[in-house]
Amino acid sequence: MVERTPWLNILTHVILFTGLAILVVPIYLVFVAASQTLQDVMAIPAKLLPGDQLFPNIAAAWHEAEFDTKFLNTLILATGVVVGKIVLAALTAFGIVFFDHRLRMPIFWAVFITLMLPLEVRIVPTYAVAANALSPFQTILDMLGITGLVNALTGFEIALNWNLLNSYTGLIMPLVATATGTFLYRQFFLTIPDELVEAAKMDGAGPLRFLREILIPLSVTNMAALATIMFVVGWNQYLWPLLIITDPAYGVAAVELSRLVPNMNTTGGDIPNWHWAMAGTLIVMLPPVAVVILMQRWFVRGLINTDK
Amino acid sequence: MRRAYFKNNWVAALVVAPQLLIIFIFFYWPTSQALYWAFTLEQPWGGGNEWVGFENFRYLLTDDLYWQSVRVSVIYAVATTVLAMSMALILALFADRQLRGYHGFRIGLIWPYAIAAPAIGLAFRFIFNPSAGVASYLNYAFPEIWNPVMNGDHALIMVIIAGAWKQVSYSFIFFLAGLQSIPRSLLEAGAMDGARVMRRMRDIQLPLLTPTFFFLIIINLTDSFTDSFGIVDTMTSGGPARATELMVYKIYEDGFRGLDYSGAAAQSIILMFLVIALTFVQFRYVERRVHYT
Repeated sequence: MVERTPWLNILTHVILFTGLAILVVPIYLVFVAASQTLQDVMAIPAKLLPGDQLFPNIAAAWHEAEFDTKFLNTLILATGVVVGKIVLAALTAFGIVFFDHRLRMPIFWAVFITLMLPLEVRIVPTYAVAANALSPFQTILDMLGITGLVNALTGFEIALNWNLLNSYTGLIMPLVATATGTFLYRQFFLTIPDELVEAAKMDGAGPLRFLREILIPLSVTNMAALATIMFVVGWNQYLWPLLIITDPAYGVAAVELSRLVPNMNTTGGDIPNWHWAMAGTLIVMLPPVAVVILMQRWFVRGLINTDK
Repeated sequence: MRRAYFKNNWVAALVVAPQLLIIFIFFYWPTSQALYWAFTLEQPWGGGNEWVGFENFRYLLTDDLYWQSVRVSVIYAVATTVLAMSMALILALFADRQLRGYHGFRIGLIWPYAIAAPAIGLAFRFIFNPSAGVASYLNYAFPEIWNPVMNGDHALIMVIIAGAWKQVSYSFIFFLAGLQSIPRSLLEAGAMDGARVMRRMRDIQLPLLTPTFFFLIIINLTDSFTDSFGIVDTMTSGGPARATELMVYKIYEDGFRGLDYSGAAAQSIILMFLVIALTFVQFRYVERRVHYT
């Protein structure tokens, strides 16, 4: 600012460099291990300079974990989550901001409350639903006695079944509901002036045309911000794929990565292939990090506006 | 408030339907199922569930293993929150001075947010491995001093460091945004009155950061209860001897390994209430009581 503070400036740089080092050194160590032979990785004292095995190790990890399919699946998952969340958030916010009906606030709260029900606290029943996505309706029909009635009248047994385990739909669908995205879009739509709506109506545009030709072009900034965050979120999904995917053809990279190192309690004395595991770690973390660095401005803005 | 609306409510119903359907199927229905399971017990020979009232909860609350997971979760939550937030706060305060290299530092401190929990877990598991990598040297110099594979306390420390490392960037982004929303004129007025840099930090910037600070405490605590799964699963699988079995990990273990749906559901309900309580505190208390002016 105004004063000259040479010593404090030096201190500032020292503190910032220390912080940076704390964040960078672990990843540097991963990189070093990923570029060495297993022998070098296990050496004591540790060799802290990169070796020349980086690409062979990456190739080995890629092959070992079958990353061709896993990366493709992760990309499908992340893209699905990004597109799904943006579309659902925009549509829901549109429905509760630009229409005059009594359910506006109840719908908003119904979506918003899901913020308090993260997947981690309802894993078991959500898994049960994924095994048959129509089971809620079946149960309701059973409870209302409709199943029995139809069976008695027509002899037809209603048995709704839609299994989502081991499918892209199952991977993506439970993750696309978005309280924060809906909130972000609602906040943005509330800033759209009434005159714009009036003008559109006067020109004979219906609600869907208004959405397509005015709101969507105006919300490109929001989309970029939301897309950056949601790509990172989608790419890094771990628990949900771990639960519902047992068929390797649908596996995702983050889950496969953890299988590169056998469980600590069951290794039985074998030395894990740390050099491959670290090479795998490096390539799995790369895409979201690249997105965050390239889209830094949108990312920070979106993160702060959605309050997570 | 808005005065101009579209009249066609069928369109409104159509556009909100997809999201409502999804949250009904994947959020509200499973939550109601968890409640149902928590208060019932599955009959061993089939034949539906029997209503048992609070029996599942009573069993949990007298179970030492459950209290062990609560204890570990609280230690993990407090330790990661304190570590991550204090580091983020110091870095944000000094980064906000915007000296030479500010943009570089900013990116350098933000990108770890993008790394997946299992990748962080594996990286730190390697770094702290007693027989490979950097930590092995410690054991070479002082035999048997560090062994997270066998020693529960060491394992918990290792998980906490990984968890805290993961959270630093998030808190840093919010602290920095909070600092930058403080009007420049306030700091200039302080400087005119003779307050030096450190004094301005203490008496102007820190008090004005209180809202961000409380917001981050809540978010970090909530995250540590829910988001920790990937780290624990890849680093320790809850071991050794349940020393790192956080509440969310115990739900997973009991539900999917032990197939004890009622027990897992009761634990889910307790964890859910914790998350709801924290969110409630954030919206009702923190956002109202802490003001900039």
